[in-house]
Amino acid sequence: MHSGISILFAGQNFSRLLGGLWISAKISIVSLVIGIALGILLGALRTVKNPILRVILRLYLEFFRIVPTVVLLFLFYYILPKNFNVNLNAQAVAMLVFALWVGAEMSDIVRGALISVPQHQCEAGIAIGLNGPQLFRYVLLPQAIGLMIPATINLMTRVIKTTSLLLLISVMDVINIGQQIIEANRQTHPDGAFWVYGLIFILYFLLCYPLSAWARHLERQQDNNA
Amino acid sequence: MATPLLQVEHLEKSYGDVHILHDINLTVATGSVTVLLGPSGSGKSTLIRCLNGLEDFQSGQLTFSGEPVTPSPKVWQKLRQKIGMVFQSYDLFPNLTVLDNILLGPLKVQHRAKAEAKEQAIKLLKEVGLADYQDSYPRQLSGGQKQRIAIVRALALNPDFMLFDEVTASLDPEMVRGVLEVLRNLAQQKMTMLVVTHEMNFAREIADQVVFLEEGHILEVTPGKQFFENPQTERAQIFLNSMDF
Repeated sequence: MHSGISILFAGQNFSRLLGGLWISAKISIVSLVIGIALGILLGALRTVKNPILRVILRLYLEFFRIVPTVVLLFLFYYILPKNFNVNLNAQAVAMLVFALWVGAEMSDIVRGALISVPQHQCEAGIAIGLNGPQLFRYVLLPQAIGLMIPATINLMTRVIKTTSLLLLISVMDVINIGQQIIEANRQTHPDGAFWVYGLIFILYFLLCYPLSAWARHLERQQDNNA
Repeated sequence: MATPLLQVEHLEKSYGDVHILHDINLTVATGSVTVLLGPSGSGKSTLIRCLNGLEDFQSGQLTFSGEPVTPSPKVWQKLRQKIGMVFQSYDLFPNLTVLDNILLGPLKVQHRAKAEAKEQAIKLLKEVGLADYQDSYPRQLSGGQKQRIAIVRALALNPDFMLFDEVTASLDPEMVRGVLEVLRNLAQQKMTMLVVTHEMNFAREIADQVVFLEEGHILEVTPGKQFFENPQTERAQIFLNSMDF
């Protein structure tokens, strides 16, 4: 009688699961890189005193924050090809949706950090003749980055965890592959779900825990500096 | 008479319905020290901020070095290299070292050569007794040291005119002397300065002219010594009597 854990190592199961994890990680990384860049730009624009721009960016933020990610995924996965004739594969749709979502959340983090840099700092920069972009580059952004790092890392872990929804638009992520393995081995390994999901739990934990520990560390460091 | 460095004519400033400054007229001669006195809330800070474009104003004319100032962001940005300003709260950039704080303006705004700007920065740091601190960060310095660095940061742009807005007001008493010493040296070097302060002894010693402001009106403009011995207005006399010096 074999132990249930052997399901993880039968055939190519283990490397398939890791492959699925890599898909999740890849989608997370790409969407985070694009989304964070987008968010810094939009966050900076949200501090500009232009009412129309503000309303537009605010609507964008609220849309992506309020609509559940699953709904966003379905919207883009089904509506883009049908109504706009844009055919993207499931992974590209996932990256697009996540990047737009990260961009929205990030814009709020960036805006919050920028406006919490004291007004005096701006005035000191203006008084030595800095122009708007220079003020942003040399005074505001460097001070805001410290304030936004912990929240940004938390956003990263949320993105990684949310990749577990991607099986709903048939991305071959680690969960989707796990389910296939469980299904395929139902006869030989009736308790396969326990082992497969157990491993997936550990894999997600290994991805996210270092990030959240890092965020905690940085927050503590900031408290000490304050 | 030589062209004054700064001339303010009929300046009016309000925030919404609240009228802050009424018909301000003021002349600052090149190489002179003007001290702006008045009770809290009299508009001293607002006035000094108008002279650096940090506050806009509704009407009035500024003339700097004989040139009328058109109050646009571009004009102010150029002019701020000529008009240095130091604030009560120092406001050094916490993410930069002392030297980088000082060099930011000369390098990024004036696009000067790094070697030359650095040489000048170190010379200025020596003059305020802080040459050993060029690689320190602001958080490692005392309030008085920070304020002296902030003065150097403004001087590094080679301004013609310096504005000091209550630069000793948030310092411990023992820190005040070092900062006032720096201002005194600047006055001796014939830097044109406008100083808002509550240090009355210092004001008496340094002022070529005193501008007394109350509730947004200039009540009198009097030569320094005379203001303290024999002010023209009763209100100024009451103000002087109320000050403990």
